[in-house]
Amino acid sequence: MAEVRVEGLTKTYGTARALDAVTLAFPDGGFFGLLGPSGSGKTTLLRAIAGFVEPEAGRVLIGDAPVENVPVEAREIGMVFQSYALFPNMTVAQNVAFGLEVRKVPAAERARRVAEVLELVRLGPYGARKPHELSGGQRQRVAMARAIVTRPRVLLLDEPLSALDKALRVEMQIELKRIQREVGITTIFVTHDQEEALTLSDRIGILRDGRLVREGPPRAVYDDPRDAFTARFLGEANLFSGVLEPGGLRLGDGVLVAGARTATVAVRPENLRISLTEPPAPIRLRARLRQRIFAGAMGTCVLDWQGETLKAVGRDRDFADLPAEGEVWLSWDAADTIPLEG
Amino acid sequence: MTHRTLARLGRAYLGLILVFLYAPILVMAAMSFNASAFYQLPFSFSTEWYQKLWHNREILAAAWRSVWIACVVTVLATATGTAASIALYRHDIPGKRLLQALLFPPIAIPWLITGTAMLIFFFGIGIDRGTPAVILGHVALALPYVIVVVTARLATFDPALEEAARSLGARPWTVTMRVTVPWILPGIVAGGLFAFAVSFDQFVVSYFLSEPGDTTLPVLIYTSIRKGFTPEINAVSTVIIAVSMGVMLLAARYSKFGGDR
Repeated sequence: MAEVRVEGLTKTYGTARALDAVTLAFPDGGFFGLLGPSGSGKTTLLRAIAGFVEPEAGRVLIGDAPVENVPVEAREIGMVFQSYALFPNMTVAQNVAFGLEVRKVPAAERARRVAEVLELVRLGPYGARKPHELSGGQRQRVAMARAIVTRPRVLLLDEPLSALDKALRVEMQIELKRIQREVGITTIFVTHDQEEALTLSDRIGILRDGRLVREGPPRAVYDDPRDAFTARFLGEANLFSGVLEPGGLRLGDGVLVAGARTATVAVRPENLRISLTEPPAPIRLRARLRQRIFAGAMGTCVLDWQGETLKAVGRDRDFADLPAEGEVWLSWDAADTIPLEG
Repeated sequence: MTHRTLARLGRAYLGLILVFLYAPILVMAAMSFNASAFYQLPFSFSTEWYQKLWHNREILAAAWRSVWIACVVTVLATATGTAASIALYRHDIPGKRLLQALLFPPIAIPWLITGTAMLIFFFGIGIDRGTPAVILGHVALALPYVIVVVTARLATFDPALEEAARSLGARPWTVTMRVTVPWILPGIVAGGLFAFAVSFDQFVVSYFLSEPGDTTLPVLIYTSIRKGFTPEINAVSTVIIAVSMGVMLLAARYSKFGGDR
C-alpha cells in the first residue's frame, strides 16, 4: 500500500490536451474517485499512473518513488478494466493465479491465496468455470480478485461498473466498497457516473478538459462546488445570476437573494420549496410550474423562471397539492444559497 | 419456379461442383490400382504401381524433399509471419498502412512472374540455385498468407487483455506466449496450413530455383509426364492426396480455419 502522487502531469494527443499540468495526491489506503465528462482526461490520468501512457511532462510517484523508468509490469499495480479483460482461455482460478504465477509464487501458496481471494469476492465455488460461463457481475468480481491477489500497492479501476445494469451496479458498488475496506488498498477509480463517485469515494477529483477543477471529500465538494461546472456536474444545480448589492444579489425580476456575495449562485433542486401561497421565507420568487414528473418515491417539478428552466426535487407527496401547471412561489433558505466563482 | 425446385437445383449445382472437384481425383486413385499401364479397361486390381513406386528412389527422394522443405517453410513462414502480425498489431510503425497494403499484391501476382523475378533477383544478389533458394522463395510466397490470416484473427483480440497481463506483472514475452498466442492460435494453425500448401504445391518457383536432379515432387512429376506417363505418378499422387486430405480435415476440425472459437 502506498500513497500515489502525480505532479504537473501533461499529455497531448495531437493538438488536444488530455492532461494539463495535473497535480494531485491520492492518500494511502483511500478510495479516490476521478470524475469528469468523456474526454476530460480521467482515463488518461489513470493510464499514466498504470504506465500505459507516457506523459510529456510531470511525473508519477508511487510510495514516494518516481516511476517514470518503471515499466507497467514492475509497478506493482492492480487494474480492473472496463471490459474486465479476463483471459478467455483460462478458468477463473487460472485467471486469478496469473499474477502469482508470473511472480513465481510456489504452487501451494498460490492455490491458497487464489482460494482466499475468491472467497473474499464470494466466488468460492466458481474457480473451475471459464469466464464466458459467468454473469456480468461475477466477471467483474473475478477481475477484482485477479487485480488484488498480488497485493498491489495501488488498485486502478477504469469504469469497472459501467457494463452492468442499474440494479447490479448498485449491488456491486457496495461489494466494491466492502472489498476495498477489507483489503485497505489505495484505490483510484475512474467514472463518469457522479452518483457512483459520491457513493464510493473518500475523496473525489473533478477533471475538465485535462485540468483538475476541484478535489476534496465528496460532501465538501457537493456542498461547496465553487464553480458552475462542478455544481452542475456533481449533482444538479439551479443557477441564478444578477447584480451584487450591499445586501445581497439582485436578480433580474427584482428579487433580492439576501446574504449572497457572488454574482452567480446555485441552489440544489432538493432545497427549493414550491408553494401556492406566498411563503414567509425571505428568499422567494414567482415562477411558472411547467411539468410534474413522478418517479416513485421522489418527484421532480420543472419550472420556468425569467426564461430559464429550474428544477425542484422532493418527495412526490410534497407536490401533491400542486396543479399540473401554473404560477407558484419558489423559496429557499439563505443557508442553501451556494456561492459560485466566475 | 417453386421453392422446392430451387432447392433441388441448388443441390444439383452443389453436386456438380463436388463431381468436378473430386471425380478426376477418384479416377486417378482408381487407376493407380489398375494393372494396365495405359489406363485400359476392364479394371483389374493390382498394387504393382505401388510396389514400383516403393523402389523408385527418384520419386521417393523428391517426395521426401518436398515434405521436409514444406515443413521447414511452414515453421519459418508461420514464426516470422506471426511475429510480423503481432508487431503490426501492437506498434504504429511509420509506413504501416503501406506495408500492410503491399502484402496483398504478391497473392494476386501470378507465380510464374514472381518466380521469374525471384530467379533474376537471386542470381543478381548471388544466391545460387538449390534447396536454400527454394526454401527462401517458398517462405517469401507463403508469408503474406500467414500475415493476412493471423492479422484477421488479431482483429478480434481485445488489446485490454495484453494490458491486463502486463498490469499483473507479466513481461512482454510472457504476455505474448500466455495471452496473445493462445487467442490467435487458430489463425496461426490456418496460416501454417496455407504455408505448407503453398510450398508443397509449388511448381513454378521450385522449377526455377532448384537444381536439376535435386528437385521437389511437383517438378519431378512435371518432368516425368513430359518423358512419358507412368501409373507410378498416380500412385504417389494418391498417397499425397490421402495424407494431405487427412491433415486438412483434422486441421479444419481443430482450427475452424480462423473462425470463431
